Amino acid sequence: MEHYVMNLTLKVWRQKNTNDKGRFETYHVKNISSEMSFLEMFDVLNEQLIQEGKDPIAFDHDCREGICGMCSMVINGRPHGPWHRNTTCQLHMRAFRDGDVIVVEPFRANAFPVIKDLVVDRSAFDRIIQAGGYISVNTGSAVDANAIPVEKDKADAAFAAAACIGCGACVAACKNSSAMLFVSAKVAHLGLLPQGQPERKTRVLNMVAQMDKEGFGACTNTGACEAVCPKGISIDYIARLNRDYMMAALSSPE
Amino acid sequence: MKWKDLFTSSVGKKWVMALTGVFLILFLIVHAGINACIWANDGGVMFNKVAHFMGSTIVIRILEVGLFLGFLIHIFQGLILEFQNRKKRKTGYAVKISIKESTWYSRSMGLLGTLILLFLILHWKHFWVPSRFTGIPYPEVILESGKKIHNLYALMQSTFSELWVVIVYVLGCISLFWHLLHGFQSAFRTLGVSHPGYLKIIQRIGFIYSFIICLAFAMMPVSMYLGWVK
Repeated sequence: MEHYVMNLTLKVWRQKNTNDKGRFETYHVKNISSEMSFLEMFDVLNEQLIQEGKDPIAFDHDCREGICGMCSMVINGRPHGPWHRNTTCQLHMRAFRDGDVIVVEPFRANAFPVIKDLVVDRSAFDRIIQAGGYISVNTGSAVDANAIPVEKDKADAAFAAAACIGCGACVAACKNSSAMLFVSAKVAHLGLLPQGQPERKTRVLNMVAQMDKEGFGACTNTGACEAVCPKGISIDYIARLNRDYMMAALSSPE
Repeated sequence: MKWKDLFTSSVGKKWVMALTGVFLILFLIVHAGINACIWANDGGVMFNKVAHFMGSTIVIRILEVGLFLGFLIHIFQGLILEFQNRKKRKTGYAVKISIKESTWYSRSMGLLGTLILLFLILHWKHFWVPSRFTGIPYPEVILESGKKIHNLYALMQSTFSELWVVIVYVLGCISLFWHLLHGFQSAFRTLGVSHPGYLKIIQRIGFIYSFIICLAFAMMPVSMYLGWVK
């Protein structure tokens, strides 16, 4: 693909802290290379702001290679921007043309309060994991990796669910701000494997209870989450969670 | 967990929606089947007989209570969920989230449901209230056995002689079509069907079901207005 440079207008959400009302600020960036990543373009803008003596824009990022789940941003009405199965850090400027106006907002959900500018607090996801997204293992020497047989199709399905990086784009895209795709991926990932069986029922009950407590909405199977998921997690896992939840609820001892 | 937690959890609430939804889906088949008797073209004799059977049989009258409950639970739970879900994002987006992979009707179930509810109120006022409470303003039909039964057919003919009523009913059926198109397959997902093969079949059956049921219902006022049935 041919390399080109572009001048862009950015409308970025600025918010000092959680309690600040927040507003959009317009910025102009020049000579942006089509080979830059979206976050590198933000780095250029921030350099510019620092030189002008202004407060740089806060945004989340870590690995910048699409696997850590830190970057967020809603770009022109789509979490992680216009590319399919992609994170913001892996979005490249060749997705845009010279003169484009790009609107950048934080992920929006009551359960994800804005900390500053485009940075949102996604620790609700951590608390959902703490409620049951684990397996209990005895300490001591490591168990032989091949001691427990795992069927190939189960291993594949568990791996596909485990690909979830917990970025929260599913919540950002959902009209109900539901975290069901995230929770269902975690429940399926462990529930499909033999190691996940002992805590299978308490896991799903506790994780759904925590999800509700955090203030996420209920799922209406619109499929918006799957469409924006950088890892292509299927909403079929949500159906699996619904089944697991009901089995667990109906057979709960008290 | 306590048994009550099921009904207050987000997944449990969806289960209630799905179960009542499937119940109402089954009811629509019965309703459409009975109403299709108007096309016997016998001046409404068969239709009036079936309507009389439905209204006078004790088993069906008991089932009617269940039907009413099914409607009420589906409507109230649906409205509660819609309002609760909307409140989960107090600060909205400046640029509306646009995801073409997600269908507009799946994201508009609350709106479509409300339109159907408005239609339903009118529909109950037209037929259910007169036949149960206020009485039908047409002389009763006398059967060969000498038995007198309500002339619901005459009420249908007079109701559907007005163009605006026919238009409202057709619009109601269109709303119902979109609502069912998502609701049918979504209910099965909520009830836990996760096999992609079955989900594909369910989606196809859902489309055929929604299309046939809604077309049949829409054709009833249309064919009466245009005088296709006598």
